[in-house]
Amino acid sequence: MAALLEVMNVSKNFSGLRAVASVTFAVPEGEIFAVIGPNGAGKTTLFNLIAGMFAPDEGRIAFNGARIDGLSPDVVCRRGIGRTFQLVRPFPALTVEDNVMVGALLRRPDVPSALRRAHEVLSRLDLFDKRLHLAGTLTLPDRKRLEVARALATEPKLLLLDEVMAGLRPTETDRMVEIIKRINKESGLTILLIEHVMRAVMSVATRVLVLHHGAAIAEGPPEAVVRDPAVVQSYLGVEAV
Amino acid sequence: MMARLLHGVPRHALYLLAAVLAGLIVTPLFADDYLLTVLIVILYFAYTGQAWNVLMGFAGQLSLGHALYVGFGAYATAALYVHFGIGPWVGMPVAILISMACGAIIGFLAFRFGVAGVYFAILTIAFSEFARIGFDHFEWVSGSSGLFLPVANYVSNDLLNLRGQPVMFYYVILAMTVVGFVLCHALLRSRVGYFWQAIREDEVAARSLGIDTFRYKMIAIVISAGMTAPAGMFYAFYYNNLFPEQTFFILRSIEIILGPIIGGVGTLFGPIIGAFLITGLAESLQELLTFYGLDTPGAKRVFYGICLLLVVMILPNGIWPPIARLLRLDKSRDRPER
Repeated sequence: MAALLEVMNVSKNFSGLRAVASVTFAVPEGEIFAVIGPNGAGKTTLFNLIAGMFAPDEGRIAFNGARIDGLSPDVVCRRGIGRTFQLVRPFPALTVEDNVMVGALLRRPDVPSALRRAHEVLSRLDLFDKRLHLAGTLTLPDRKRLEVARALATEPKLLLLDEVMAGLRPTETDRMVEIIKRINKESGLTILLIEHVMRAVMSVATRVLVLHHGAAIAEGPPEAVVRDPAVVQSYLGVEAV
Repeated sequence: MMARLLHGVPRHALYLLAAVLAGLIVTPLFADDYLLTVLIVILYFAYTGQAWNVLMGFAGQLSLGHALYVGFGAYATAALYVHFGIGPWVGMPVAILISMACGAIIGFLAFRFGVAGVYFAILTIAFSEFARIGFDHFEWVSGSSGLFLPVANYVSNDLLNLRGQPVMFYYVILAMTVVGFVLCHALLRSRVGYFWQAIREDEVAARSLGIDTFRYKMIAIVISAGMTAPAGMFYAFYYNNLFPEQTFFILRSIEIILGPIIGGVGTLFGPIIGAFLITGLAESLQELLTFYGLDTPGAKRVFYGICLLLVVMILPNGIWPPIARLLRLDKSRDRPER
């Protein structure tokens, strides 16, 4: 299958620090692709390059056959890439429903149909019962799912999930894994996720890319990657599986 | 259109609104001229507060220079009337366009170059100060010596030229307040309104949801500026004199924002309740002081200060949100965070 997202030799420097060093990978349509690596490996920077928060210093990023590197975040989203933030950014004074509706209004300009879309997404994320709560009052697991709901509401072709399981208890992690799998299975949505929780990565990802000091050191199916000597040495050895 | 406007509004809210409006409509039957003039001032601030609220309350951009748009509205309609005999209702669209253009210039400078928060507020002050100094030397509208509208002792009301008695002005400003309220209600529940609120809450998150934040902030400032201009027309034709030192004075901008801040920024009822409360109480205080023979010219401003202090300390979201919960008019099931 053709790749939906192609990252080619992408690099980003922050005043001398090479955060992302010539990274290349491709995410085929329908896949759940995970990017793992120790803290400071450049995962979130890589995400921000794809989502348009920064432009890469070198290299190209293509989505759906067209270059997207250097475009602004709102344009990237309109092209069909939804994202979540590692440190969740809900609209605190709006209700859960209105938070998701803001996302839905992107493709459905009239309010009633956007609201219907928001309700659909909220049901899929187990948030429907909390739709009239203010987003600022939600617990962390709920906020994480709200973050996913809001991004999903924009009807993306590719969903970028930035550590949506970080800080969750094991039961909540399992719930999120189930949700991600279900979304991928039901709608065929391509998902690119950054994750620290290896248990979750192993059960959800179809393919894994390992970053270390900004460079890709391994790529492949999760079972193969965890046995890779370079990965064990640089990452898994220090942080137990 | 009507059905869509009313969609989702609780029935008891409509009854309440209808009752308040009916009360305001029949008020002139009982009120003397003094009470009417107080109500006119209250409604004037309710309207301008509503217009300011579009930019700050909905889209989260703090303007401290809204006197600028009032001033443009006032000078444009008054000058057209004095120089060319063009009536205020014909002059009003011109005034609105001028104010919108001015808002667009300020918005472009600020939003294109990332001027936000207090720096945006300072920019808005700067522009209204430019206008104050500029109009002082603008001879076509008589500069610092003031522009005066012809005044006569009116026995009848000429609505077309806005010449007449307080009761006519009362109904005009009441109608403007109603239109402003309905417009803001419609805006808040539209796509634009949701995008504004998203920008207000978290601009980075809003952008990542595909919202062109520059565009929607521009729409907010242009609508807010355009909405403010008719208040200027009212101001000019009601007071009949315009001095740059007064019209564009920063205190005028501050007065506009007191109502919404005390009533509740970002709410539809906040600007109205705030205006009633602060202007009503300030006028009562003035009356009381005069009654006891105390001549204290600064009392009103001290009072404004105390009101602001109390609201910021006790009800940082304004007085409307708790009232809304009491009347069960809020959509959310939560108490807001403090």
